[in-house]
Amino acid sequence: MITITHYLVLSAILFMLGVVGVLIRRNAIVIFMCIELMLNAVNISFVAFAYHLHSMQGQMFVFFTMTVAAAEAAVGLAIIVAVFRNKETVNIDDMNIMKW
Amino acid sequence: MTFNILSILPILVLAGFGMLVLVVDVMSARKLGEKNLLAYLSLAGIVIAAIVSRNSTATTLFSFNETFTIDNYALFFNILFLLSTGLVILISHSYIKREDINHGEYYALLMFSTIGMMLMASGADLLNIFIGLEVMSISIYILTGFKRSKLISNEASLKYFLLGAFATGFLLYGISLVYGTTGTIDLRQIASFVAGKGGVKDPLLLMGMGLIIVGLGFKVASVPFHAWVPDVYEGAPTAVTAFMSVGPKAAAFAAFMRIFLTAFGSSHYEWQKAIWILAVLTMTVGNVVAISQTNIKRMLAYSSIAHAGYLLVALVAANNMGVSGTLFYLLAYIFMNIGAFAIVIVLSQKGDVGMNIDDYAGLGFKHPMLAIAMTLFMFSMAGIPPMAGFVGKFYIFSAAIKSGYVGLAIIGVINSVISVYYYLRITVIMYMKEPVRDFHPLTISPLIVVAIAIAVVGTLHLGIFPSKVMEIAQRSILTLR
Amino acid sequence: MLNLISLVLLFPLIGTAINGLIGKKLRKETVGYIACGAIGMSFFVAILVFFGLLQLPPESRVFEKQLFNWIESGSFKAAAGLQVDPLSSLMILIITGVGFLIHIYSIGYMHHDKGYHRYFCYLNLFTFSMLLLVLGNNFLLMFIGWEAVGLCSYLLIGFWFEKKSASDAAKKAFIVNRVGDFGFALGIMLIFITFDTIDFTGVFHAASQGNIAVGSFTVTIITLLLFMGATGKSAQIPLYTWLPDAMEGPTPVSALIHAATMVTAGVYMIARCNVLFMLSPFTMTVVACIGAATALFAASIGLVQNDIKRVLAYSTVSQLGYMFLACGVGAFTAGVFHLMTHAFFKALLFLGSGSVIHALSGEQDMRKMGGLKKHIPITYRTFLVGTVAIAGIPPFAGFFSKDEILLEAFVRGNFIYWAVGALAALFTAFYMFRLLIMTFHGKSRVDHHAMEHLHESPKNMTVPLKILAVLALLGGFLGIPGASAINGFLSPVFGEHGHVETHGAEACGSHAACLPYLMMVISTGIAIAGIYLAYLMYIKSPELPKKLAERFSLIYKLLLNKYYIDEIYDALFVNPIKKISLLLWKRVDAQLIDGTVNGVAGFVRGFGSVLRLSQTGYVRNYAFYIVAGCIFIIVFVVFGK
Repeated sequence: MITITHYLVLSAILFMLGVVGVLIRRNAIVIFMCIELMLNAVNISFVAFAYHLHSMQGQMFVFFTMTVAAAEAAVGLAIIVAVFRNKETVNIDDMNIMKW
Repeated sequence: MTFNILSILPILVLAGFGMLVLVVDVMSARKLGEKNLLAYLSLAGIVIAAIVSRNSTATTLFSFNETFTIDNYALFFNILFLLSTGLVILISHSYIKREDINHGEYYALLMFSTIGMMLMASGADLLNIFIGLEVMSISIYILTGFKRSKLISNEASLKYFLLGAFATGFLLYGISLVYGTTGTIDLRQIASFVAGKGGVKDPLLLMGMGLIIVGLGFKVASVPFHAWVPDVYEGAPTAVTAFMSVGPKAAAFAAFMRIFLTAFGSSHYEWQKAIWILAVLTMTVGNVVAISQTNIKRMLAYSSIAHAGYLLVALVAANNMGVSGTLFYLLAYIFMNIGAFAIVIVLSQKGDVGMNIDDYAGLGFKHPMLAIAMTLFMFSMAGIPPMAGFVGKFYIFSAAIKSGYVGLAIIGVINSVISVYYYLRITVIMYMKEPVRDFHPLTISPLIVVAIAIAVVGTLHLGIFPSKVMEIAQRSILTLR
Repeated sequence: MLNLISLVLLFPLIGTAINGLIGKKLRKETVGYIACGAIGMSFFVAILVFFGLLQLPPESRVFEKQLFNWIESGSFKAAAGLQVDPLSSLMILIITGVGFLIHIYSIGYMHHDKGYHRYFCYLNLFTFSMLLLVLGNNFLLMFIGWEAVGLCSYLLIGFWFEKKSASDAAKKAFIVNRVGDFGFALGIMLIFITFDTIDFTGVFHAASQGNIAVGSFTVTIITLLLFMGATGKSAQIPLYTWLPDAMEGPTPVSALIHAATMVTAGVYMIARCNVLFMLSPFTMTVVACIGAATALFAASIGLVQNDIKRVLAYSTVSQLGYMFLACGVGAFTAGVFHLMTHAFFKALLFLGSGSVIHALSGEQDMRKMGGLKKHIPITYRTFLVGTVAIAGIPPFAGFFSKDEILLEAFVRGNFIYWAVGALAALFTAFYMFRLLIMTFHGKSRVDHHAMEHLHESPKNMTVPLKILAVLALLGGFLGIPGASAINGFLSPVFGEHGHVETHGAEACGSHAACLPYLMMVISTGIAIAGIYLAYLMYIKSPELPKKLAERFSLIYKLLLNKYYIDEIYDALFVNPIKKISLLLWKRVDAQLIDGTVNGVAGFVRGFGSVLRLSQTGYVRNYAFYIVAGCIFIIVFVVFGK
């Protein structure tokens, strides 16, 4: 029997993977994918809660999250492309003109 | 009535004008004259939206299945957002021409971002607040990178985007946990759930609350979620920096107070301590690091972090004086901060040259009026009477004392004293050092002069006659709990 | 019409703003027109307001206009509001009316000055502040006006700040006033603590309801503190020393600020607070004694001074003493009446002396004047009117008001007050005629250089003189004994204790009817005696003053050096304070405090430059801060209790 706990643990693990990915990866696109992973991990928890609570609000939220993620993807990739055109790299460790 | 189109009329107006600007921009033959038209068109949109929102209602109104609310609180913030956006449009006009980024999207994005802020202030459930936050942020990600060909702008945009999306993940996770444990995303239902349980005990719910603090703490630039602020402020086009230092911050505070006072108001012991620590860290780091800055935009970035700290003090106090003081402070902050950025714009040259604090040497002799205005804004931010900033700080610290947080108020006042050092340094440099450069050509236009004049008048008026606005602010917060 | 009252304040403020901001770029004529126009319009509105007030029945002649809520903090509430009642309406008429004439006069007098626009900017600002002082409906607003007139006075005394004596005099005025202001501020705070409000209406209502016992300690302290403020602003013993020095400013300024209006603020304040003062007999005695002493003391110094403006300055101090004497015996109407007539004739005298100085290209020493009568006839004739008025010859204005004060002092006070006042009156008549004779009569002692430029002043200077002369001649009839218009007009403010005759009549029984007339005769006699003395000593036998000075050389020296009060103050207060300050500066401030502050600042700066290193510029680090913060917060929130 798969309970709500299983879903939540899965969601937490995926979220953590995303967080760790953001912390250790260098390629901006991979980092961005890790962020998407975090968002989708949250989506799993939303759906699981919605199913558990018999409430539609969670499912509705998932749709909006996906929309937002899509919009973010569009803008984010555009920004990464703009960076690449000027710098010819997407390694975020090369990006520290501004500091201190 | 659950569906009332009138309740979102200001938002519709802004959206309509935003799209109109885009269309006019595409249709017009890219002549400079037309570009002026875009600025005026956007200003018209702002003014009409302000008129509409003023007329919409005076009593609390729920619509869209009770997920959206127009109350005095939302109205206050709507006017505040429109004011800040309007001022930013005024100061942008000559700036984006100088920097060759005079595209119609600029104005449209400003307005779309404002729509997001309005949604945040009016959201009666977590979903609306979340959508508003994203609409606001995504527009600003683009605006930050608006100088497409400049690496510094790109880098700022990328940093802001990655960290912003990262923080969004935390916020979203927090919302999901709150939803899972309370069974609802409606703020008032969460409130009754929490009150029914006699405070928050469920660790999952507490965790959700903590994650929401992280997500919103990122937007208000609270330490340790502040690290993006200096870099992004420095890299973004200056007018955009002015924009994001006031509007989004105000919106994040609007959402912060809505969520934590309405939904979690009855269990404030659980979150007050955490915010207490954030407030102290934010004030201290912001002020202390600001001292060692040499770039004025970076210095203002740290100053903006410090001001977020003062506002968090009011949130900790969580009494009527503190909350209405926050509203007052945000309004004052719009005037003094946009005013300061306007002067930074006027004095910088193409390619954002002349952003070092030492570049201001001798301004007092060359351009006395600008120097006086800058001095005024700096004094106001430092909290010297009779400027608006003093009154705001006065309300906030007395609210903290009223709620029994004497220690916090003392730390706040000490920080205020530290801040005087770097604000006054600018004045000292302007008046007591020999000019090292020629300030010409000034980036000046009638619109930016109007903006500076409004900022000066606002700063002084709020400082000398605060009662009227404070009364309005006090009336605005009645619907929060 | 009463609603127009805010315009009275608005016009001078607009004038200040225009001349202050763009006055440098305007032509001189325009600057003058703007400044005079502002005050003129203000005067016009003041007249309208006055007639508006007259239309109301006497007992309800109070009008308050709330402008906005200014400060609110706990139970402390200060609204900015204006109050029009007979007293304040009379004051605004004097301020704007006399002020208008002096503004016009200034156009001519200051014509050659390079700080023309600055001058008019200050002058308008002064008028605004003074109006604020008298129109405010609470103590705080009054205090703001009080401070603002002090500031303007400082700016205008030091108007020719390149001159060291002028800037020194300005500083002296400011600092001495500060001593008084300190008391005034304390008084206001004590009023708030006692009455829980600072609104005039609230305070005076509470006080008149009998909540405060007559002679109670609190009210005595309050009124003494308020009076301390008044001694500073109105140049009474012991704080009078700044006023004679203040003559360093341009002469129209001396006329407006240091004779007609600002220095009477103390009298106005005490009259305004008459309810409080009446509750404290002790304070009233103090006020009366200080007033009488000042009247005599200053008059005696005036006897031997040689600088034309200084004589007038000591005369002002002395006349202010009269007003305080009147207030001190409870005759507020008489005090305010004298305030009004004094504004007329003293402004006239100052402007006249200004005209003399103008004619002599800046000479102020009377020993180098004389025989100017035929050269500047208009100035002479108007000056004569002013001199006669202040000396107290009927039917000139000064006679009625001074006579009334002496009468009141006798009836309500005692014989000593009267005797001191009468002696001061004798001195007054003497030194004023001495001044007149030394300046205008006799042989000319003018050096030939100044003689070449000798000329009568232009029209814009002589016309105000003429108008003021008419006022000095006729102003007294407002308070003619028996049919006093001013008594009736002011009685709603001062209640039944404010004025005279009836009370006087009861007090002295069967002599009632004849006493006022007897007094008139006596005071006229005193005045004539003084004038005769002056005639004797300066026309009949000019060698007499010298002989007297030799014979009583000690007294003469004492008087000439103003009783050495300045030197005594220097030795007692100024020098010790300077020494202590030097010590505090060198040791405590420069070493201890600066050392600490610099140390702390250095520490903070060092801390900051270490902390900023955390801003590495790497997204990865920033994300790490977020995660770390997040873990901390969650741990804190979930397990933190």
